[in-house]
Amino acid sequence: MKYMLMIYAAAVEADGTTPEPGDFGAWVSYHKAVQDAGIMVSSESLADLVTATTVQVDEAGARTVTDGPFTESREVLGGFYVIDVPDLDAALDWAARCPGAREGAVVVRPVAEF
Amino acid sequence: MSDEQASGEEMSGERTSGAGPRIEDVFREEHGRLLAALARRFGDLDLAEEAAADALEAAVTRWPVDGVPPNPGGWLMTTARRRAVDRLRRDRALAVRLAILQVEADRAESSSETSHDEDHVPDERLRLFFTCAHPALPADDRVALTLRFLGGLGTPEVARAFLVPAETMAKRLTRAKKKIVEARIPFRVPGADELPDRLPVVLQALYSIFTEGYAASSGPGLQRVDLAEEALRLARILHNLLPREQRETAGLLALMLLVHARRETRLDPDGALALLDDQDRARWDRDMIDEGRALTVAALTGGPPGPYGVQAAIAALHAEAPDVASTDWPQIVLLYDVLLTLTPSPVVALNRAVAIAMRDGPEEGLALLDDLRDEPKLRAHHPYQAARADLLDRLGRRTEAASAYRAALELAGTEPERAYLRSRLAALENHP
Repeated sequence: MKYMLMIYAAAVEADGTTPEPGDFGAWVSYHKAVQDAGIMVSSESLADLVTATTVQVDEAGARTVTDGPFTESREVLGGFYVIDVPDLDAALDWAARCPGAREGAVVVRPVAEF
Repeated sequence: MSDEQASGEEMSGERTSGAGPRIEDVFREEHGRLLAALARRFGDLDLAEEAAADALEAAVTRWPVDGVPPNPGGWLMTTARRRAVDRLRRDRALAVRLAILQVEADRAESSSETSHDEDHVPDERLRLFFTCAHPALPADDRVALTLRFLGGLGTPEVARAFLVPAETMAKRLTRAKKKIVEARIPFRVPGADELPDRLPVVLQALYSIFTEGYAASSGPGLQRVDLAEEALRLARILHNLLPREQRETAGLLALMLLVHARRETRLDPDGALALLDDQDRARWDRDMIDEGRALTVAALTGGPPGPYGVQAAIAALHAEAPDVASTDWPQIVLLYDVLLTLTPSPVVALNRAVAIAMRDGPEEGLALLDDLRDEPKLRAHHPYQAARADLLDRLGRRTEAASAYRAALELAGTEPERAYLRSRLAALENHP
């Protein structure tokens, strides 16, 4: 079963940048561990929130494009892994091993199956 | 439920008597077992629930006529399994989904332990405890699922335990089951390395059932003995299923027994709350106390103490003392010191302050209570105001004591608690 591990940074700086990940080596070895376990589906790290753009289309089809969001929310999605493991306990174990769980929080969501 | 039933855990197998309420007893005991075995076999809680209900319904019609079979558990399991297969034949989509789950489950762990013996129903309830009280579920849902699936309570009964409408509880249980299925919360016993994180969550769910039964948070009665006894029954099952080195399970069972031993004396004849001071200790349940004390020793032997073991030890010291004055307060203070380091909380600090007042005098206790004045958790906690009122009263500060009793009255949830506080306030105001 596929789960997305959404990695949230603990806080955003006043200028909208996310703090540098603490221990780069830890991220490298975590990434390698996910690959070696044969559970990797995909993984990306997202660019700073200052580069984000929001698009909405209203009922009439008019497009609104805005800079941001520079959310009031303290936590910002910084990247994700999609992994394929047998059950939630296994997914939670991988989330706990992720360095992002120490620097911020990791939200585990099952990928919907249709 | 009577005490006998609460303390006799295993009633499967031997019960062969005829119709009447004993079928109910068999059901309550067998329901959790049946459900756990079905959930294990089919990997689907909904299907397990439906098949179990089918089997129990069949038993209700057949047993009064044919008599309770010699192996009621095996009979129910065989019937339920056939009904589940019937349901799967009717619902192809579910069958396909479950087949996939089953293949994956077999791959994940050896299937050699799966028993096909018709008479032997394997006890899979330990898995069910950990699924129902999975930390990925909200705390209230863990309690509700545990009552529903392991306690075998109907949804309306679970709703009554939570004092919510049955419809609300049905929705909550449906949502919780949806999460179990869709997030694939596994039906497994955590490994030894995971138990330190997982077992406390299961124990907490059982303790929540107990405390709600022991000191109902609201309503006309102080105690809901049926809930307390259901919690005791489940704690006993868990204690029997887990290895003995899981000492906190013994601690929780001991704590429940030692507290429940006082159940008959917690209300005075007028229905007001009676505190330890005023309880008739001759009416405490000595058998329960003896069992609780033995389990407390087990809980505290062979390693560092856990919070339930320490609370059981405090309860045991109360149970052993002939009256409040001769209670070993210095030892109780020491145990609260330990408890405060294990589970720091303002409520534990409050209890410690009361114990210090008993050991050193009301002035010392009151100083500690006043230090806790700004704790948000104690602001709406009536025992805090009641404890302050009592100490102020003992110090002769009657006006302040009266206003603390009034503050406690504003916050108290149950009628017996309010009755007790009103009588203390009246005694204070009528005394010149």
